[in-house]
Amino acid sequence: MDLLNAFVTLANFVLIPAISYGSQLALGALGVTLIYGILRFSNFAHGDTMAFGAMITILVTWAFQAIGLSIHPLPTALLALPVGIAATAGMMLLTDRWVYRFYRTQKAKPIILVMASLGVMFVLNGVVRVIIGPGEQQFNDGARFIINAREFKEMTGLEEGLAFRASQGITIIVTLVAVAALFWFLNRTRTGKSMRAYSDNEDLALLSGINPEKVVRVTWILAAILATTAGVLYGLDKAFKPFTYFQLLLPIFASAIVGGLGNPLGAIAGGYIIAFSEVILTYAWKKVATYALPESLAPDGLVQLLSTDYKYAVSFTILVIVLIFRPTGLFRGKSV
Amino acid sequence: MMKKLLLASAATLLATAATAEDVKLGVLLGFTGPIESMAVNMGAGAELAIEEVNAAGTFMDGATVVPVRADSTCIDAAAATAAAERLITAEGVAGIMGAACSGVTGAVLQNVARANGIVMISPSATSPALSEAEDDGLFFRTAPSDARQGEIIAGIIMDKGIDNVALTYTNNDYGKGLADSFQNAYEALGGTVTISAAHEDDKADYSAEVGALAAAGGGILVVAGYADRGGAGIVRASLDTGAFDTFFFPDGMVSDGTTGKFGDEVDGSMGTLPGSDSPGAEKFAEVVGDAFDPTSIFAGESYDATAILLMAMQAAGSTDPRVYKDKIMEVANGPGEEIMPGELGKAMEILAGGGDVDYVGATAVEFLDNGDSAGSFREVVVEGGEFDTVGFH
Repeated sequence: MDLLNAFVTLANFVLIPAISYGSQLALGALGVTLIYGILRFSNFAHGDTMAFGAMITILVTWAFQAIGLSIHPLPTALLALPVGIAATAGMMLLTDRWVYRFYRTQKAKPIILVMASLGVMFVLNGVVRVIIGPGEQQFNDGARFIINAREFKEMTGLEEGLAFRASQGITIIVTLVAVAALFWFLNRTRTGKSMRAYSDNEDLALLSGINPEKVVRVTWILAAILATTAGVLYGLDKAFKPFTYFQLLLPIFASAIVGGLGNPLGAIAGGYIIAFSEVILTYAWKKVATYALPESLAPDGLVQLLSTDYKYAVSFTILVIVLIFRPTGLFRGKSV
Repeated sequence: MMKKLLLASAATLLATAATAEDVKLGVLLGFTGPIESMAVNMGAGAELAIEEVNAAGTFMDGATVVPVRADSTCIDAAAATAAAERLITAEGVAGIMGAACSGVTGAVLQNVARANGIVMISPSATSPALSEAEDDGLFFRTAPSDARQGEIIAGIIMDKGIDNVALTYTNNDYGKGLADSFQNAYEALGGTVTISAAHEDDKADYSAEVGALAAAGGGILVVAGYADRGGAGIVRASLDTGAFDTFFFPDGMVSDGTTGKFGDEVDGSMGTLPGSDSPGAEKFAEVVGDAFDPTSIFAGESYDATAILLMAMQAAGSTDPRVYKDKIMEVANGPGEEIMPGELGKAMEILAGGGDVDYVGATAVEFLDNGDSAGSFREVVVEGGEFDTVGFH
């Protein structure tokens, strides 16, 4: 019974939050890694692209709510998501047209493209704030819980509750679907294969007749799908606030680099590694330890390695360690 | 724009009609930021006192008081200091009703008010640190210090038979000061604080913070934070994970924001906010009428702070802060005729005739020697998703 209580506490405060946070990071990191693999630069505008996509989705959600469209118990935002994706894809194709293509045709060094993306980031930053404002928006109108803590306690008779929010469930399922679809696309379709060929060896790919502009376009569209989905899921699960998306940039890049930039599998693994490290290192293990250990070993203190304020420091530290000892990342991506 | 123009021309008309010049009064509150939902009614409270004085027409031989609003943001000391500078240098205010939050109030006091010799009466800065701040006799507050609130919260929780609590506070002067004073008082009464953890405002996710609080455990969770910021995030995550379902809300959390977001999910939670059961509160409600919610937090304090500033000017017969600052204690503490809300006109006449007043106001103001309010508190309980007043301390 005590072990069961320990496990439920662990699931409630560590496993479920870390898995859903990891899924959001993985989706974000996939977008970053795709752009790095194919367009060969680190896109700093990715966090704000997520914010932009989420913002459009929220606006459409409000419109749907106004005309009474609903798919309760699922949040209306899922219905609005395709519109958000389309708008974001359009926005990204335009930025490519206006900004990145110029540097690409000049064969500019990657660092110049990175700086250009920084500029795009600041513009998007401003655009999002002008349109929807810097404040917090709650737009999750679906059912809140799959498993409610109080009901779980009554149902099982355990001392500890387990909460599983609907938004966490949706996050995990949508991530699975998106990742499966992405891998199917990259490995099974002609366009996907040509993208991988372009990523592996640009000159060889061009020689074999692959249209580079098409590869670039598809990459931006895929990145838009991933970024918007990640942004909307994060907003559903937590709350939409432009600034927090900007802050997400660090853990997202850490995820992509830890997994190996340019390697999609690595991005997913990196997302979960970062999320679990952040949660595990800042969680206070007292309760779990008290349940799991014999009474004589029960801790007095909180058994918390780091205060929760140091969450971002965890991603930073992992990033630095990986860059020093394994710059290509765990899954042998490209070196940074 | 049109409205502004009209107001401006109306103000000019009034100014030309008046025999004496206009007196400008700064209303420096956190109109944007963590307490913006409270600031609306605080500003309204201050301006109500000004309207009342203007309507009576007996202030300084018929001078008109003009409120000048400025945004103290609650958290950005640089912005608050700049706003206060503007009030003094560009607007030439005779005194400042504000600032709203403790951190920026300290900054404005040290950087602007003392440098320019301007009197400040804050309606809502409650950090104990301000009691000892150097103020050259220029700083007063109508809201009591958190040291007092901490003691009262400890007493209420103990009376309910809860002898261990988890405590989280927003990581600034207000949160830290309140958390410390509560913890000291509570432990002196024999209670145990299982964890005292700071939280940062404006994070998207508080599940990690709540994880630590839940691991430490406790009968209830004391949330010394803000209703529109991190405090709400902590409560949300606590409810979601089932970590806590009963809370104690100090004044920063007692707002429509809290009940609006959580409704009856937080039924049974308790709270305190400055307030008294003196007849002044009722009188204040009558004066306010339907203009705004008279029980909203710090609205009465704002009215009182403004009224005291104006009465002190009247008593001194001068709008020079260096002259009227010495009259503030006299009008607030008496002895003299007791003044209730709605009687500001009468007070002005008494003072003009050389008489003495003892301002009671909406919150039964009484200043201590250091310019702090002695303070009384209202105890509330969440019942059916609303804050209900259950007693006074």
